[in-house]
Amino acid sequence: MNKRQKRDLYRIIAAAVLFVPLFVVEHLGLLELLPYPWIALLICLVPYLIVGYDVIKEAAHNIKNGQIFDENFLMMIATFGAFVIGEYIEAVAVMLFYQIGELFQSYAVGKSRESITALMDICPEYANVEVDGELEEVDPDDVEIGSIIVIKPGEKVPLDGVVIEGESFLDTSALTGESVPRKVSVGKDIISGCINGNGTLRVKTTKEFDDSTVAKILELVENATNKKAKVENFITRFAKYYTPFVTISAVLLAVIPPILLQDNWFIWLERACTFLVVSCPCALVISVPMGFFGGIGAASKEGVLVKGSNYLELLSEMDTIVFDKTGTLTNGVFEVTAVVPAVDEKNVKTELEAAMAECEVLGLAAALERFSTHPIAESIVIAHERRQGDLAIAEVKMTDVEEIAGHGISGKFSGKAVYAGNYKLMKQMQIPCEEYNGAGTVVYVAYDNTYLGCIIISDTIKQGAKEAIADLKKAGVSKTVMLTGDRKEAALAVAKALGIDEVQYELLPGDKVDEVEKLLSVAGRKKRLAFVGDGINDAPVLARADIGFAMGSLGSDAAIEAADIVIMDDDIRKIAHVMKISRKTMAIVKENIVFALGVKGMVLILGAIGMASMWAAVFADVGVAVIAILNSMRTLRK
Amino acid sequence: MKKKFKVENLDCAHCAAKMEEAIKKIPGVTDAAMNFMTQKLTLEIADDANMDEIVEKAQECVSKVSIVCEIIR
Repeated sequence: MNKRQKRDLYRIIAAAVLFVPLFVVEHLGLLELLPYPWIALLICLVPYLIVGYDVIKEAAHNIKNGQIFDENFLMMIATFGAFVIGEYIEAVAVMLFYQIGELFQSYAVGKSRESITALMDICPEYANVEVDGELEEVDPDDVEIGSIIVIKPGEKVPLDGVVIEGESFLDTSALTGESVPRKVSVGKDIISGCINGNGTLRVKTTKEFDDSTVAKILELVENATNKKAKVENFITRFAKYYTPFVTISAVLLAVIPPILLQDNWFIWLERACTFLVVSCPCALVISVPMGFFGGIGAASKEGVLVKGSNYLELLSEMDTIVFDKTGTLTNGVFEVTAVVPAVDEKNVKTELEAAMAECEVLGLAAALERFSTHPIAESIVIAHERRQGDLAIAEVKMTDVEEIAGHGISGKFSGKAVYAGNYKLMKQMQIPCEEYNGAGTVVYVAYDNTYLGCIIISDTIKQGAKEAIADLKKAGVSKTVMLTGDRKEAALAVAKALGIDEVQYELLPGDKVDEVEKLLSVAGRKKRLAFVGDGINDAPVLARADIGFAMGSLGSDAAIEAADIVIMDDDIRKIAHVMKISRKTMAIVKENIVFALGVKGMVLILGAIGMASMWAAVFADVGVAVIAILNSMRTLRK
Repeated sequence: MKKKFKVENLDCAHCAAKMEEAIKKIPGVTDAAMNFMTQKLTLEIADDANMDEIVEKAQECVSKVSIVCEIIR
């Protein structure tokens, strides 16, 4: 509780202490024994003013500024009305309960603000800048590009930069939701918002604070609620008309029936006051945006940035999801996935011999390919290093190394020719071998005119991709589509492995937009289409789809810029998670709308026919608001 | 130029919307956003406008809606 809330609490307690005996006395019928009714009025005014003076003060202030449809003003009129018709105790009670409700509401708002902002507590407070060998604590905003900063163990990385000294593990979970720490050492880029592990790092900054990752992310999440969902816009519009409507109805209710029915003015005045108490739309105006904010907060805790409430709304209606292949479903990195030594029919090899043969093929190829910079050559060298360390290849002395464009590479080892390349190369050199049929790029290896075996290099499927597709289907996505510029075999192999419904292959970049247009035209109403890409080259498609997901590739501005939703750690399993969050958020928001409007509507109707007291009206106002706020807080929980 | 300000005692969401509307109408302000959840006011003003003067006027708009609400400078 802050200072103001505490003060309000004391006032409420003081007023309640005075109110309870009054209430008892009134119920015993003792107030009527007083010689003059104005004495009772004076006694009741004491707790009323203690608890309600600020309402009257604000109301007066607002009338001066022409804001008549204000909650405070309406409460003042309603309670004054109660005093006029002689319901002194009721007037005090309504003001007291209104204030209790307001306090509770303000407390609940404060709490939820806290828990939501705690989720995004990634903003660094200071940076240790090195000036003439001394450390100085400064605001990250004031650090210039190229400054040397020191990050001690356990501190937040304040600015993006490059490590120039030290080694440590970084906890990126606040940014990505990923719990495995990331290792950093000299020469590596580090990103602000991460938490340093147990090593001290000296870092040269590469960006100003405003351009650094942490500032970008914070800005994005904070501004997310500025992009409003349709439901929110509806509520805003509704609120604009609701209060004047109820207030005018109250006035009419106070005037028309008594004239037409020749009825008692006091009865209708009391009913009109009930209307005024319910006239604030606060339950909706606070709880609906809060629900969305909570949903966005819950998603960012998972390492998914949703750039607006509207996208959360659309996501809950997602029906078709389109994936880009390379970099999204696959790692986009070529790796040796198999080594197939030539099979000698006459001489079946033992397991050990087969393994030795594999090493021989890979080792010889690596010894040769290390002279090339082709990506495929690099992947062979890396695969070999992984298996036996990098010492072995240097010992295989290759001479006369020559690249044969479009075919491969050749060299000599102890005077005999070594070849590594495609099938065409083998044919050209007249080395008999069997062609390998399957997905991936194949490198054939031959030594001394004998075919030794081949190495299969392919793009590997991302970990968890299969699970991600299955989860999405379980969550109710009816169509999964993959678009790729890759060859048919490779595309079909990936689609089959992942269980994707529809594949379009050998597409040019422009074709992807056309494909998405086609899919959009067949999709029905309330059936949204999402596109998932890595943010590189697919900005037009991301923009065209109802919802554009980009794989964050942590720190890549282009991806963050182009997409509607950014997955920070590139894990596509998160899509199904956020979809669940979005559904839950929408359900809670709708619950709140139905509940709040339902209760208010009912109290208005019952109030008009004289069956709802002012107590019910106070509940319909602040009670409903508090319940709706508490309900909204559920969006934060899993 | 764009700048963010913390706002204290921003207690009701529709008040925030009213303040935002009024602030947007101040001459020199190109865009304004009053965020109820984060209790922050984002002001975007024309290059030739004076930030201090505009914040002064924004505070007036805020005060009209709520006496307790304050823009922290």
